[in-house]
Amino acid sequence: MLRFTIRRLLQMIPTIFVVALLIFIIFSVVPGSFAASLFSDGRADADPELIARLNREFGLDRPLWERILTYFGDLLRFDLGTSFRTRLPVTEMINQRIWASLELAVAAMVFAVVIGVPLGFMAALRPGSVLDTVTMIGAVSGLSLPQFWLGLLLMMLFALHLGWLPSFGYGNGAFRNLILPAIALGVTPLALLARTTRAGVLDVLNSDFIRTAHSKGMSETQVVRWHVARNALVLIVTTVGLQFGSLIGQAVVIEKLFAWPGIGSMLVDSVAIRDIPVVQGTILVIVLWFLVINTAVDLLYAAIDPRIKQG
Amino acid sequence: MKLGFNLVFGGFLTALVIFGGLFAGWLAPFDPVFDANLMNAEIPPGSEFWFGTDMQGRDIYTRILYGAQISLTVGIVSQLINTVIGVFLGMTAGYWGGWWDDFVNGLTNVMLAIPSLIFALAVMAVLGPGLMSLLIALGLTNWSWTCRIARSSTLSLKSQGYVQAAQTLGYSDLRIMFTQILPNMMGPILVMATLGMGGAVLSEAALSFLGLGIQPPFPSWGSMLTDARDTMRLAPWAAIFPGLAIFLAVLGFNLLGDGLRDSLDPHMRTRKL
Repeated sequence: MLRFTIRRLLQMIPTIFVVALLIFIIFSVVPGSFAASLFSDGRADADPELIARLNREFGLDRPLWERILTYFGDLLRFDLGTSFRTRLPVTEMINQRIWASLELAVAAMVFAVVIGVPLGFMAALRPGSVLDTVTMIGAVSGLSLPQFWLGLLLMMLFALHLGWLPSFGYGNGAFRNLILPAIALGVTPLALLARTTRAGVLDVLNSDFIRTAHSKGMSETQVVRWHVARNALVLIVTTVGLQFGSLIGQAVVIEKLFAWPGIGSMLVDSVAIRDIPVVQGTILVIVLWFLVINTAVDLLYAAIDPRIKQG
Repeated sequence: MKLGFNLVFGGFLTALVIFGGLFAGWLAPFDPVFDANLMNAEIPPGSEFWFGTDMQGRDIYTRILYGAQISLTVGIVSQLINTVIGVFLGMTAGYWGGWWDDFVNGLTNVMLAIPSLIFALAVMAVLGPGLMSLLIALGLTNWSWTCRIARSSTLSLKSQGYVQAAQTLGYSDLRIMFTQILPNMMGPILVMATLGMGGAVLSEAALSFLGLGIQPPFPSWGSMLTDARDTMRLAPWAAIFPGLAIFLAVLGFNLLGDGLRDSLDPHMRTRKL
């Protein structure tokens, strides 16, 4: 298990390296300079002296290979550069924002698991029932629903009309502020979890060892508790992990809609004003989040199911 | 081919979107951009304005019909690009193997490590907003799964008798790939492309909602929702109908994709994921 863990951790390094290089190159082939678009106000071109000063300050006037070397040198020291706009270190800006994003992602995931898993479970135990049909229609609808539209509708109903919850903002971490964005963000993983749990449980129910358990006289409750739940758990844990990883990507729109002070809304704002060091750094952190969680899921999976380690 | 509920209902919704988009010019009672009239602002749905009007007095029904053109263009073109890239890379990697296979695998892994909306956002940041950037951004982000499927199909098809016969006859590699292998894996590729269209429509709506996609005054379902957010209290219909259009279009593509998969591959039916 230790060797497998080390191997999986080492495999992350080249991926991160290539992603970092890819992001850097994408932002280096831009037609026109960033400084020019940063200072241009749409009516007149930017002052050439201002452009030259910014280029000098951020080393944008040096050749590409030199900038790549500096970039990776800084990366090794966990330095993501300095924001064009705020002149703050990007790592510091991310650190200020990432906890709110984590909070939102965890809340959305808890909402999805608490509702999605039992629904999928009950649907699978009574295939073809009304509950099963409704759950599956709900699941396929949930996967097609634009989360930000659901967010808008929730805002309209619970904030504007009923006045029960705040329509946006962080509210200094108040639980009331977390509810609507978490539901809007959680609906996609909820739908996917209901569907996956149902498929997983149905799979287990049709397997030979369940028939054996029944034929040796175990009660239905015992069979479900001892065999079905345990075996379906592997699939559920994997789905939860993978969804948690990709939630950060989906959160971008929800954070922006609800003015949630996370790294997603920071990314969108930085894209709009072309604050490239912040965009690069934020994307890299998001990819890292995604990779770390995927690797953790792999390791957990291997710990549960020893057959995987050989592969 | 068995006609299931998914296939029929998904096909119906998709056909509705295509019909609305293609014939927007005939179906729409107004102009989507120029018929702005502040005297008509925020009129609730009724006999003249079926879905009501927005804050500039434009007919929402008209704008939704024209918005379908954008969503369809983005969905179809971006999936065409994705499919061409994915199939070409996957097929050649599976057929040739060796260092090229390793390279394609590495590239696919890297692409899978970047959440697709985030990658699209990065490309939009570089190219700037607009339809062309959207097509490129969404066309480059979602080919990894198609590539994996094409690669594994090629690996299993490579050992088939008719492929080996073609090799013996001295056909060139590319000719074998395109005439012997590609036609036999069209099913799963088509399913991926259909499901991908739903994803592309969602991503376009999200990017336009963020103000990075289609720019006003041109009607995109996503940017219509951005406008609607400011007038939610007075004109809730402006927030309801464009979102409903996105939902039904994406639902249509998703059901159609599921339905195609069910009827093309009966084994998948019991293990739906």
